Amino acid sequence: MFKNRRLLLLEIIGILLAFVWLVPFYLMVVNAFKTKRDIFADTLGLPEEWTWDNFVQAFVQLGFIKAFGNSLFITAVSTIIIIICSAMAAYALSRNKSKLSTVIFFMFVAAMLIPFQAVMIPLVSQFGQLDMLNRSSLIFMYLGFGASLSIFLYHGALKGIPESLDDAAKIDGCNKFQTFWYIIFPLLKPMSVTVGVLNVIWIWNDYLLPSLVIGGNGTETIPLQLFFFFGQYTKQWHLALAGLSISILPVIIGYFFAQKQIIKGIADGAVK
Amino acid sequence: MKNRDLSFWLFLAPVLVAILVVVIYPLLTGLYYSFTNWDGLRISKFVGLDNYIKLFHDKEFGDAFWFTIKFSIAAIIVINIIGLGLALIVTQHIKTSSFLRTVFFMPNLIGGLILGFIWQFIFTKAFASIGESIGIEGLQGWLSTTETGFWGLVILTSWQMAGYVMIIYIAYLQSVPEELIEASQIDGANRFQRFRNITVPMIAPAFTVSLFLTLSNSFKMYDQNLSLTNGGPFNSTQMVAMDIVKTAFTENSMAYAQSKAMIFFVTVAAISLLQVYYNKKKEVEL
Repeated sequence: MFKNRRLLLLEIIGILLAFVWLVPFYLMVVNAFKTKRDIFADTLGLPEEWTWDNFVQAFVQLGFIKAFGNSLFITAVSTIIIIICSAMAAYALSRNKSKLSTVIFFMFVAAMLIPFQAVMIPLVSQFGQLDMLNRSSLIFMYLGFGASLSIFLYHGALKGIPESLDDAAKIDGCNKFQTFWYIIFPLLKPMSVTVGVLNVIWIWNDYLLPSLVIGGNGTETIPLQLFFFFGQYTKQWHLALAGLSISILPVIIGYFFAQKQIIKGIADGAVK
Repeated sequence: MKNRDLSFWLFLAPVLVAILVVVIYPLLTGLYYSFTNWDGLRISKFVGLDNYIKLFHDKEFGDAFWFTIKFSIAAIIVINIIGLGLALIVTQHIKTSSFLRTVFFMPNLIGGLILGFIWQFIFTKAFASIGESIGIEGLQGWLSTTETGFWGLVILTSWQMAGYVMIIYIAYLQSVPEELIEASQIDGANRFQRFRNITVPMIAPAFTVSLFLTLSNSFKMYDQNLSLTNGGPFNSTQMVAMDIVKTAFTENSMAYAQSKAMIFFVTVAAISLLQVYYNKKKEVEL
């Protein structure tokens, strides 16, 4: 009896906290349905009259379909490249026990300590001088910034895959690349999910790097569009909140379908 | 694979090239630029330590640095207490456990820029509205003072990251063996003693991971800073990352901004290394 009452209390506390956690989303969504005057009159309550106008206007002003496509393209391509290239590199490093290999691995790990701001200015100016501030360069940069953590994670996972598998594949006539692609890479799938989740969340939401590399050239991602949009509509909260709600929607839908993988991926990524 | 195998280098090539071009080369050239009068395109003079000396007397940079340190300390404490608390709640045998995890974790998936804008609305509009209806003066004018801007950032970051460290604490809490808990129960340990003497030492690595993550994330924070306060009022809530970006791309003082960036790099790297070292040592002792 005592134990149940304690659990009930915890359950209630948990649910109350969950409500607190959701309040910001509630405020964003209900106010996005209000007119400008309505927000001013009553910020906390439900709208007197639900209006979709804000959403329509924000959707058009944001160029949402294009921005969504750009975000999707950049995130998907970068993540796939990071997954394949990092897994290959980690495989090579884990199967070569020489000093040089250890040094290279250490360099990748050490690169995780370098904050983006430390290299941002020379990087942008160097690419700018070569006239290469474009989408392909952005994807290449994501590989450079994302590889360290990904290699580190794959390297850990590869320790659990016995080298006798490599030998068996070799005897069966596989070359190195075939061994990797047909034997090792499929075994790394759980780690690939983790690496994928971490990189998708990072790249999808990234603002500073794309603002410096692809700002103003027509391939803007959602965060960039949102920033311009917000600048234009300062203090026009009804439109701004509608824009924010639209931008969040794809993420919430994605989360709804893949929450198990996402939470597991985050846990594995942080803990290893 | 051997060092002289072509396949070894082919497998490494893409990431090696990317990291050298994107991270290592800019870092090394950046270090060099910080000793010159580089304007983003060319260098006409080697100025030695001038940029660093100037930086030492730069009040704006000093303020930003101090603000970042204060913010990081507050954020780390709040995030980890809430995160551990949430983890302790959802690892009990309650029915809503997985629903709660989903909710608490949700803010992490959304970018700092968007979250900052949402909270800007909450602090400036919703807070004022609540304050008016229940008559609390202190809820008016949030984000218009340094103090409220500071706590605004702490609240936003805690709301966002508590769910993240919760996931880390959960992973470790679940790996505490049941037998240990049972044994301590038989020995007559109460709930608090069990937590203090069994759970805390067993999840020591979770503290390493969480503290490290929250520290480096708070210290390097930019997006939330930009969208919530944009450094205002009067640059008093501007953090180091934002100061560097502004010096470089608004004021166009490239070499000077790069010297700030180098100090930022050394600090971030030193904190990270120190913390990992310290926590590893502690884990062994326990």
